[in-house]
Amino acid sequence: MERPRAHPYMPNSVPAVRRQLLAALGIDSVETLFSQIPGDHRLRKPLELPPALTSESELRRHMSDLLSKNRSCEDALSFLGGGCWHHHVPAICDEIVQRSEFLTPVWGTPASDLGRNQAWFEFTSQLGELVGMELVALPVYSWGCAAGHAIRMAARITGRSKVLVPQFLDPERSAVIRNYCEPTEMSSHIEIVQVGYDPDTLLLDLTDLKGKLNDEVAAVYFENPTYLGQIEHQAESIAEAARACGAETIAGVDPISLGILKPPGQYGADLAVGSIQPLGIHMNGGGGLGGFIASRDEPRYAYEYPALMVSIAETTHGEYGFGLALAHQSSYGMREEGKDWTGNSTYLWAIAAAAYMALLGPAGFREMGELIIQRAHYCASLLDGIDGVRVHAKRGFFKEFVVNFDDAGKRVADIDAALLRRDIFGGIDLSEAFPQLGQSALYCVTERHTQADIRRLADTLAEVCGT
Amino acid sequence: MSVQLRRYHAAVWDEPLVMEMGVQGRRGCHFPAAEADVAASSGPAEALVPQSMRRSSGPELPEMSEPDVLRHYLHLSQQTLGMMGISLFGTCTMKYNPRLTESLAARPWIADLHPGQDPSTLQGILEIAHNLDGLLCELSGMDQFTFQPAGGADAAYAHACLTRAYHAARGELEQRNQIVTSIQAHPCNPATSAAAGFEVVTLMLEPDGYPSLDALKAAVSKRTAALMINNPDDMGIYNPNIREWIDVVHDAGGLCFYDHANFNGVMSKVRARELGFDACMFMLHKTFGVAKGGGGPAVGAYGCTAELARYLPGPIVRKTGDRFDLVDDSPSSIGRVREYWGNVHQLAKAYAWTRAMGAEGIAEASDMSVLINNYMERELLKIRGITRSHPDIGSWRMEMTRFSLGQLYEDTGVSVLDVQNRMVDFGVDAFWLSHEPWVVPQPFTPEAGEMWSKEDVDYWIAVLRQISDEAYSDPETVKSAPHNQAIHKLGPESLDDPDRWAMTWRAYKRKQS
Repeated sequence: MERPRAHPYMPNSVPAVRRQLLAALGIDSVETLFSQIPGDHRLRKPLELPPALTSESELRRHMSDLLSKNRSCEDALSFLGGGCWHHHVPAICDEIVQRSEFLTPVWGTPASDLGRNQAWFEFTSQLGELVGMELVALPVYSWGCAAGHAIRMAARITGRSKVLVPQFLDPERSAVIRNYCEPTEMSSHIEIVQVGYDPDTLLLDLTDLKGKLNDEVAAVYFENPTYLGQIEHQAESIAEAARACGAETIAGVDPISLGILKPPGQYGADLAVGSIQPLGIHMNGGGGLGGFIASRDEPRYAYEYPALMVSIAETTHGEYGFGLALAHQSSYGMREEGKDWTGNSTYLWAIAAAAYMALLGPAGFREMGELIIQRAHYCASLLDGIDGVRVHAKRGFFKEFVVNFDDAGKRVADIDAALLRRDIFGGIDLSEAFPQLGQSALYCVTERHTQADIRRLADTLAEVCGT
Repeated sequence: MSVQLRRYHAAVWDEPLVMEMGVQGRRGCHFPAAEADVAASSGPAEALVPQSMRRSSGPELPEMSEPDVLRHYLHLSQQTLGMMGISLFGTCTMKYNPRLTESLAARPWIADLHPGQDPSTLQGILEIAHNLDGLLCELSGMDQFTFQPAGGADAAYAHACLTRAYHAARGELEQRNQIVTSIQAHPCNPATSAAAGFEVVTLMLEPDGYPSLDALKAAVSKRTAALMINNPDDMGIYNPNIREWIDVVHDAGGLCFYDHANFNGVMSKVRARELGFDACMFMLHKTFGVAKGGGGPAVGAYGCTAELARYLPGPIVRKTGDRFDLVDDSPSSIGRVREYWGNVHQLAKAYAWTRAMGAEGIAEASDMSVLINNYMERELLKIRGITRSHPDIGSWRMEMTRFSLGQLYEDTGVSVLDVQNRMVDFGVDAFWLSHEPWVVPQPFTPEAGEMWSKEDVDYWIAVLRQISDEAYSDPETVKSAPHNQAIHKLGPESLDDPDRWAMTWRAYKRKQS
């Protein structure tokens, strides 16, 4: 088969080049080369795909026609969060991740891909400063995956097979963790036990936690801020109780809060996990996710990491270089004997996050944290003042909070639909996942929301709830 | 054939670590202060944080101005060779990543979508996902794809989870606790099987280059939950008995998963479904033109038969009339292997790539990748010190060939790692060696695919010829490589020593002091 004109992506599709290659092999037809495949394995009809759009202008038009049907969080005013957040992405982060050198490579050597490896090390180093821990691995797929791996690490470290988790956990993360903990039929099953909550603060019920802690528990996993947005001020007591039972403490944290919130390394967490998406990465409909795992730098933890770890190292001439530490323990090195598994992950996003953390610096993280927490509380108090609307736990949260509509006599689904008609994406509907909260939604306020945006939400909600 | 080697030299910026840069008080970005009404209502930020949870001192991050951050990371990008030269990194199918879709995906209509938005606001991206599902079904014969797995290994994990659910639904999970694979299967297959709780049964290669049907029959039993296998393997050898294999596993009650990591050589030539597989996986970041990003974000598109579709992780895109929805209503679903429904920006790129290629382009790409590989093999085997795996198997290889530098190493003491370090001196990305365990000594595995021109491939071959000549005439030049890079090779092993490894700057500083 020879095409009338060469395909723009395929330099060897020029008929003369193709003939040259065939001639070099002494064959007439490329079909000869597929002789390994038995005839009855071969597909005997051409694929039925739509006609090729080989011209970029035509393809661009086709894609634009489709994509223009989307309405993004730039088109509307969004209060969605809960595991993927609409934070500001500095232009430099976009510029850096679109650089072809970072966008396209696969692996390289420590010398030839020095720049990318250094950027990775700067990601782990800066994140280490935020969380207050010395060991940070390259990111895994997501926060839920990071939590799942950390729980499995704790089970291997302690030789125990139970994990305590808060009752209020993102259903998405929770579903991932369930898979990582395996069903009861498997011999390496990890039992997930939910810990209750204080109905006023929505925080972990310490008494319930202590009642469920025993020498079968591998780890206590909790989040700070919690899924429902609250700052878990009992963190130190939780870690202490876990330690007293020989269990590991795993804290799930939002790195963007760590300019003003105490880092997990300082309240006794043994492992910290979380999302890197807030750190200069667009949401991409969920494609912006990435998860981190961090811990103290002790062999006990280091020897259980499934993720790749980049260490600074010296070259033969005393220069800085970077290489993989403990690579043999990964699934690449040991197949089924390795620690869980690893593979392509979210490494490009690590570079965006490195640039982001360098741009913000300590002052930027503090400023942003302060701005977010103030605007979130302002928003909560405005909403709480609307007839029929009540904010559950009016203080003590970071950027998300629970808004209840029971007194308005309306379902969250109807309210969100009404908001949508007015170009507002309302908060995540919690009523199905957490019926005990009634008709409640999780609202997220970030540094992007101005006072005017928040007023617009409040005015619109008043209108919607009043009708 | 004479090829002029380039006088390549990597950029040398002597770029400090970002942690060493900056001056106290410099700022790379500002955030506004809270509006007066906001601040008056909320009170001071500090008072909003419970005292026990306040950060007492700021993180020790660099303090840099905006242009300095930009230039720092630009310098680092320039010190990354990657695909700027020629990268024939086998098993990863290096190919062109069209910049059209990179620029489209960077716009708010993809970049600033939240996964929890009402589907009515996501109609464009849902239609793209639905269409891509249709294209992949046509390429594989499967009935339904999920895009949730965030890489090839994650798709293998999804299969292991789905295998659990399938057998649990039959009350057989406790009994069926083994997954069978081959020593040439990618490590993610045994690794994810084990992480899902299965025992792994690994079949060894026999003289034909793949395990025998008899070995498979001996391994399969009532304990078999699934077979996870690729074909062809990374040596470019196609197992002609794969249909019989699948029959054996199906007769025993197991599921069959086709790891299509090596799809490039067989796309449009075979379909997973017609071979008998129950499920398969395509790597959109390899075969379908999506950029690798140095290791993700990626997509392991996992497709299966209608019978298994009920177990897929949700949500799934479904079309009703003219409307597209995200549906998560199957009580048998395995839930999630990752949050939300996938790396959706990558779906748009893979869809656009597939549309740009069309059926003819895809068939031609597969032809090209097999053609250029066999051309490359013929030329490489003329170079002193290079042999290939299974030299007695005379047939043409598929899109890859597994080579060995065992002879070169024996003759000169120059190893594949030395050769990797020397290649980069000529502007050529280091080749891939082999997944563990090595089945030939000093292995390497190039894959040229359809992107690289004959001139590129000739250059790559010329570099290997040059290095072979150096190894035999002046081995020290190769052993002490690289010479044209910003840094030399890493010193003696320190990366497994707890007193010396340092995964962060703060660990490094402590261990140095």
